[in-house]
Amino acid sequence: MTLDASVLDILQETDIVAARSRGKELARAMGFGMVDQTRIATGISELARNILQYARKGRIQLRSLSESGRAGLEIVAEDEGPGIPHINAVLDGTARSPRGLGLGILGTRRLMDEFEVRTEAGQGTRVRCVKWL
Amino acid sequence: MARIPVLRLKNVLVVSLQVEMEDRVAIDLQEDILSTLARTGAGGLIVDVSGVEVVDSFLGRIIGDTARMASMMGANTVLVGIQPAVAITLTELGLVFSNVRTALNLEKGLALLKADLE
Repeated sequence: MTLDASVLDILQETDIVAARSRGKELARAMGFGMVDQTRIATGISELARNILQYARKGRIQLRSLSESGRAGLEIVAEDEGPGIPHINAVLDGTARSPRGLGLGILGTRRLMDEFEVRTEAGQGTRVRCVKWL
Repeated sequence: MARIPVLRLKNVLVVSLQVEMEDRVAIDLQEDILSTLARTGAGGLIVDVSGVEVVDSFLGRIIGDTARMASMMGANTVLVGIQPAVAITLTELGLVFSNVRTALNLEKGLALLKADLE
């Protein structure tokens, strides 16, 4: 069940700060503690920056979830960019882009409870993560 | 766009980062710090992040780079005021400030630099 959703366009640098502020607000309103609020805001920041750097534009969707009695915050970052080549090497830590995609993607995965990425050359990338309350 | 002031306290420069730093502000600040170092010949730099709620990999890299650059210009950097949630998040993110010294707060950071400069 979805309680609340907002879609934030990521088109320029200032949208990164706007997106993570919105995420932090939502996390606070849902009752997440300070450390989780910071994890969520930082994860959104990494995902938004990846969108700008690699795809130039995209969007981030934030939703509060309620699933069998527990609440969670879902972050979906989507773009129609070039896709991430060697995604498996990025995820297992053996590949690192010179501009730091490895740290952003891998780091975000460590900050979240659920993390999945779908990417296809020339089609785009979709990263979905959830932090449970 | 707002710029962050670079303050001078005797032989030490002090900058205090704001709650929400946009990328451009961070890049401008790096340049301002280095030009102020060149102009004043300061031997120390304190970067205060006590008011910062989010340090992502970009801002972390800027801070680390600035410390390296300041070191090339003969100044020691101390990062002060990292909030508990930021310390936890930075560690999980995998970002380590390998060449930046840290102190709990401004006062302890200044004491560290004072010991260097004596």
